[in-house]
Amino acid sequence: MVAEQINMLLNGDFAVAWAWKHVEPDVVAAFPITPQTLIVEKFSEFVANGEVRTEFITVESEHSAISAVVGAVAAGARAATATAANGLQLMHEILSIASSMRAPVMMAIVNRAVSGPINIHCDYTDVMGQRDMGWIIMFTEDAQEAYDTSIQAFKIAEHPDVLLPIMVCLDGFLVSHTAMNVRVFKDGGVVKEFVGENRVVPKIKVMGKEVEFSLSPKNPVPLTFGPFAYYDYYFEFKRQQIESMGKVPNIVERVNNEYAEISGRKYGNGRVVPWNVEDADIVCVVMGSSAGTMRYVAERYYNEKGVKIGILRVRLFRPFPWEDIQNILHGKQLVAVFDRAQDQGAMGGPLFMETLAALYFAKDKPNIVLNYVYGLGGRDLPPDLIKKTFDELVRIRDGKEKPFIKKYLGVRE
Amino acid sequence: MSGAELKSWREVPIAGVPWLSSMEYKTGDWRSKRPIIDQEKCTRCLTCYIYCPEMAINVEWNEDKTKVVRVTINYDYCKGCGICANECPVKAISMELERR
Amino acid sequence: MNMSETWRPTPISLAKAPDLLMPGHRLCAGCAAPVIVKLALKAVPDPKNVVVVNATGCLEVATTIYPYTSWAVPWIHNAFENAAATASGIEAAFRALKNKGIWKDKLPTIIVFGGDGGTYDIGIQSLSGAVERGHNFVYILYDNEAYMNTGIQRCSSTPKYASTTTSPAGKVIPGKLEWKKPIGFIIAAHHNAYVATVNPYYWRDFVLKVRRAIEYEGPAFIHAISVCPRGWRHESGMTMRISKLATDTCLHPLWEFDPETREYKITDRSLYIAKNPDKKVPIEEYLKLQGRFRHLFKPTRRDDLINEIQQRVDKEWNYLLRMAGMK
Repeated sequence: MVAEQINMLLNGDFAVAWAWKHVEPDVVAAFPITPQTLIVEKFSEFVANGEVRTEFITVESEHSAISAVVGAVAAGARAATATAANGLQLMHEILSIASSMRAPVMMAIVNRAVSGPINIHCDYTDVMGQRDMGWIIMFTEDAQEAYDTSIQAFKIAEHPDVLLPIMVCLDGFLVSHTAMNVRVFKDGGVVKEFVGENRVVPKIKVMGKEVEFSLSPKNPVPLTFGPFAYYDYYFEFKRQQIESMGKVPNIVERVNNEYAEISGRKYGNGRVVPWNVEDADIVCVVMGSSAGTMRYVAERYYNEKGVKIGILRVRLFRPFPWEDIQNILHGKQLVAVFDRAQDQGAMGGPLFMETLAALYFAKDKPNIVLNYVYGLGGRDLPPDLIKKTFDELVRIRDGKEKPFIKKYLGVRE
Repeated sequence: MSGAELKSWREVPIAGVPWLSSMEYKTGDWRSKRPIIDQEKCTRCLTCYIYCPEMAINVEWNEDKTKVVRVTINYDYCKGCGICANECPVKAISMELERR
Repeated sequence: MNMSETWRPTPISLAKAPDLLMPGHRLCAGCAAPVIVKLALKAVPDPKNVVVVNATGCLEVATTIYPYTSWAVPWIHNAFENAAATASGIEAAFRALKNKGIWKDKLPTIIVFGGDGGTYDIGIQSLSGAVERGHNFVYILYDNEAYMNTGIQRCSSTPKYASTTTSPAGKVIPGKLEWKKPIGFIIAAHHNAYVATVNPYYWRDFVLKVRRAIEYEGPAFIHAISVCPRGWRHESGMTMRISKLATDTCLHPLWEFDPETREYKITDRSLYIAKNPDKKVPIEEYLKLQGRFRHLFKPTRRDDLINEIQQRVDKEWNYLLRMAGMK
C-alpha cells in the first residue's frame, strides 16, 4: 500500500538529510566538505531542534568520521556519515576495514573531483578510487532518488546475508545543490517500519556459544574485532566478503520492489534503469544525472531524426550488474559507455572497463563498444554536445566513420 | 601462526572474529630459564603476581579466600623473563636453566 | 572531583579481581605492556561492563593473532591513528542505545589502549578531537618510547640521545637530537580531561589513578611508562628495576591533573622525592642500564651529553614542582 507522501522542494543534499531524519540513525558523524556540507548542516538543525535523537558527533576530520561510525556500528548501533572527494580519499584506509569488519555503515558520497588542482565540481573519480574496498556502491540520478536510495541503503546493507557498508552517490552540485519537487513520506514512521525501528544485530556462533555480532559486554563470549591475521587466513576472510557481495544484486532488486510498494516508485530492477533500449541499435551506458540529460536529447533526436537511441543508466555499480549488462546489451549494434572519471593509464574509464568485461563473455556481443570520458572537474555535458555525439554514433553505426576505442568529450584538445 | 587445524572460509565466523582463547597457546616453550620459588622463603606478598607480564603466577587461597596459602609458577605460560626473581623482596625466586 | 576514597587496593584484592587479559599472548618476555593492561583492567569497577579499543601496535598485534585472542572483554582494533575516534563512536552508540532503551544497563566503561606511536604522532589529532568533544573514556598510553612494533623507530616520545633504528647513534650524530614531547601537559592543556602519569612499578598509585580516571565523567588520559627490553636493549628481567628508576630519577615523575580545579598534584614516590630531594637518583643510574644509551658510555664517556640530559631532567622536574605549587 502506497503510504501518504507530501511534496517538498529539496536539493539532493537536503533529500539525504531528510532520509536520515526519517531513518533516524543512532549515530551520525559529521565533517564538512563541499558539496556534501548541506547534508550535515541540515541534519544538525534536526538534532538541535530535538526532531531526532541521533547522537551527532562533529568530528575533526573525515578519517575520524568513518572511524567513529565503524566503532558505533561495531557497538551494535546504526550509523551514517557523508563525504566527497578528498574527504573520501582521507577515509580510504578505513574503508577496507569497515567492509572487513562487516559493518553496515551508510555513507552518502556527493561526487566531486579529486585534487589537483582543487576542484569542487561533479566528477566520479573520487568513488572510483574506492571501488575495490568492498563497499556496495549505488549511483542516483536526482534528489528524489537520493532520498529513496538513502532509505533503501540501510535495508540493503543490514541484510543478514550482506552485512557490508554502502555508499549512496549523488552528483556534486548537479544533484546536491539543485532543488526539485521531492515526494517525501508524510509520516517518518513509514520509513522506520521499512528499515526497522532499530538495527537488528545478527547472531553468530563463537566458541560454541551464540553471541550478538557486536561489542556488547553482555555476550557470553566477548568478541574481538580487527585481529591480526597471517597469510594462513587473510584470504579466507576476503572470500567471505566476496561471497556476501554476490548476494547483493538480488537483495537490491528485492528492496527496490518492496520500496515501490510503499512509495509507488521503482528504479528499473534496482540495478540498471533502461530507457528505450529494446528496439534501439545504439545504446548509451551512463550513470548519474547525465542520464537525464541524455534521455531528454534522445527523445527529441527520435522525433527529429527517427533514430532510436537507448539510454541504460547503471544504478548499482558495486557489485557490478554484469548479468544485466549482458542480457540487455547483447545483439546491439553499438554501445557507447560514458565515464565521468579519470582513466589514467587504463584503456578506458572504469564503467567502460566493467561493461567491456561483461560483454566479452556475452553470447551475441555488440558489434562496436566505445568509450567517452566526459565531465571531469564538473565540465558540463550540455544537450547540444550530446546531440553532436549522437550524430557521431549514428555515423559510426552506419559505417560512415571509423570506430575508436576512447574519446574525451568536452575537453579543448 | 595458527597452530591449529586450518579451516575453510565457510567454517570460520565472519569478520575475522577469533575463536580460540590464547590460553590454548602455551608460551611456556619460549623459556630458556625457569623461575623456581623457594616456598620456605616465600612470604606470599604477591609482588611477583603483580609484576608478571604473563599472568603466570598461580595464587592458592584458603577456604574462605581471605589468605594466600601458596604461590606457584604456571609453567604453561611462563616465558622465563626473570622479572619475578628480580622483584621478589625476600629473594625467594631463583632462575635456573631450562632443561628438556 | 570525587576521588575514589573508599577503594583500597591491596595485592590480595587485586589477585581476587579477574584477569581480563589472558596468558598465551605473544608479547616479548619481560614486556611491561601486559603488566600495564593487567593493572589497568583490575581497576575497572565492573569488569563485566567494559569495552576496550586498541590502536595498532605491539599490544594489539601480539594479543590477537588469529584465531587466538587474549582478551576476555569486548575489544576492537580499527587502525593506527584512530583509536580515540573509534572510541568516540562507541561511546555515542551506547548512549544512543541506552536512550532508546535497547541497552538497559549502565553505560560501559570505555578504555582505549594506545602506544606512543599511535598517540604522540599519528594519533594525536583524533585524541585531541575526542578530548575536546568531551567523550567519556579513559585513554591509556603505554609509552615504550619508539615505534616498537615496526622495529624500534624514532617517535616524538623517544628521549633525547636514545638510539633507534631511524635515529641511530652514529659517528657524527649521537642518537635522537630532540627532547621528548610532553604529551601529558598537552592533553592537560585541553582543560577538559583528568590526566595522570603512572608507572606499573608503583602499582598502587597506578590502579588508584586508573580508577579515578574511570570514575571521572569525561575524557581521561593516563600516561604509563612501558619499559621495553627489546627496544631499550636490556635483560628481560630488568624491566621493573628500570621502570622504578624512571620515576626515581624524576624522568617520569608521578603526577595528576584535576581539570576542575586546574591543579597539578605530585603523588606517591615522586611526592616523597619532592619532600626529600636527596632521594632523587642521578639519571646516569637509569641510562647505564640500557643498550639504547650505550654510546653515552662506550667507547668514550660522553659526560657532556649525560650532563645535558641531567640538566634537562632537573629543569622539567622543577617546572613540575612549580606547577604543583611546591616550589
